[in-house]
Amino acid sequence: MNTRIIPKEYNYTAPQTLAEALDILKQKNVRVLAGGTDLIVRLKMGSEEAMETMLDIKRIPELKGIAYCEKGAHIGATTALADIEENAEIIKNYPALRDALVAMAAIAVRHMGTIGGNFVNASPVADTAGPVMVYGGQVHLKGPEGERVIPADEFFVGPGKSQLKEGELLTAITLPVQPADSGAAFFKKTRVKPDISKISTTVYVERDGETITNCRIAMGAVAAKPITLPEIAKEAIGKKASKALFAEMAAKVADTIKPIDDIRSTAEYRKAVANVMVAEAFEVAWKRAGGAL
Amino acid sequence: MSKDIQVSFTLNGKPVTYTVAPHTSLLRMLRNNYNYDVKCGCEEGDCGTCTVLVNGESMKSCITLAAQVEGANIVTTKGLTYGTDEIGHMIQRAFVECGSIQCGFCTPGMVMAAKEYIDDGGIADRKAIRKAISGNLCRCTGYVKIVDAIYRVAKDLGREVR
Repeated sequence: MNTRIIPKEYNYTAPQTLAEALDILKQKNVRVLAGGTDLIVRLKMGSEEAMETMLDIKRIPELKGIAYCEKGAHIGATTALADIEENAEIIKNYPALRDALVAMAAIAVRHMGTIGGNFVNASPVADTAGPVMVYGGQVHLKGPEGERVIPADEFFVGPGKSQLKEGELLTAITLPVQPADSGAAFFKKTRVKPDISKISTTVYVERDGETITNCRIAMGAVAAKPITLPEIAKEAIGKKASKALFAEMAAKVADTIKPIDDIRSTAEYRKAVANVMVAEAFEVAWKRAGGAL
Repeated sequence: MSKDIQVSFTLNGKPVTYTVAPHTSLLRMLRNNYNYDVKCGCEEGDCGTCTVLVNGESMKSCITLAAQVEGANIVTTKGLTYGTDEIGHMIQRAFVECGSIQCGFCTPGMVMAAKEYIDDGGIADRKAIRKAISGNLCRCTGYVKIVDAIYRVAKDLGREVR
């Protein structure tokens, strides 16, 4: 229940450097604050009982901002969602990520929420997860023992659970340079615009002429975490692209996923809509890869 | 016990310093200091009536901590008065003339969302306007007249779609 106040007393600290932040994280019961769009709501709900210290990481310059170089894009953990969607390099090179960002929440929330927060919150519905996973993105974690880099599709473990260990901070998300003749698309279904997804899908294809040479599929809100479907995606490789193939792939996805009934939707609806949505995402991804149908 | 903190920022052009507990939201800090133009609605970031501009970007003050706005420039509807903010004035006049206000509870948030949309170069496009105010709930008007008002401001600024 929403208590309408923050019923919990705690110490607030906002260090300026990453080293200081990691030092504070060694203490007990520290919770990290970035955008606050999840944490503050949870506090008002009376959860986060154990929190003693709130660590605001938004004042650390090295965690913020987008850099693009020959290796790809480097997105700092506390970069606001709205700042990523407006970045020219992201729009040009990672349009599926932009699709996902623009479709998320309302603009006021996107000014606050961060990409690092969307990952660490580890919701099965996390909209940025699909695009980052299919683009072959990596998650950078820093802790007392140094830095770890893990592929985005291995980062999520379950609802609210990720590979992030106690004492570690997610510092950045990186995306590799995309090959020529590749494309990806993100689709989601909500009741009204700023809602959380009932279901989402991201499809990535690489093309050689009319043949699909590589394919990745990610789904949100159909399992306990954002998932990729490498076994099904493999079946598209080496085949000639066509609407019939895309429909066949969508049917396979709908058959494989095991969604549940919850407050946002039903398993039945999610399977039915996946059957249509995945095919649409294939079509747009294929067109973005420069392919004709 | 948590220690109180001091938060200094610019509120509608004036520098202010408030002393608050670390578990105070921006919304509570503003209202506790007599800034009643910022309304308190759902308190969980859904309804948007508490929307304020932080460094020119709309944010929901109920899920922003007071401590997070240290050094920021905050504008609420009080900062959109005639003579100081021409666009803010145009928006408010359009809201009145288009009949966009019924109970008035959503209005401060709607006006701030409209202000951001117009400031960012928003055009007279009903679909884009509906997206821009999608984080603000209104239970009276059915949104049509609110969209009309923002559409009129964009049109008056010569931002028609041809």
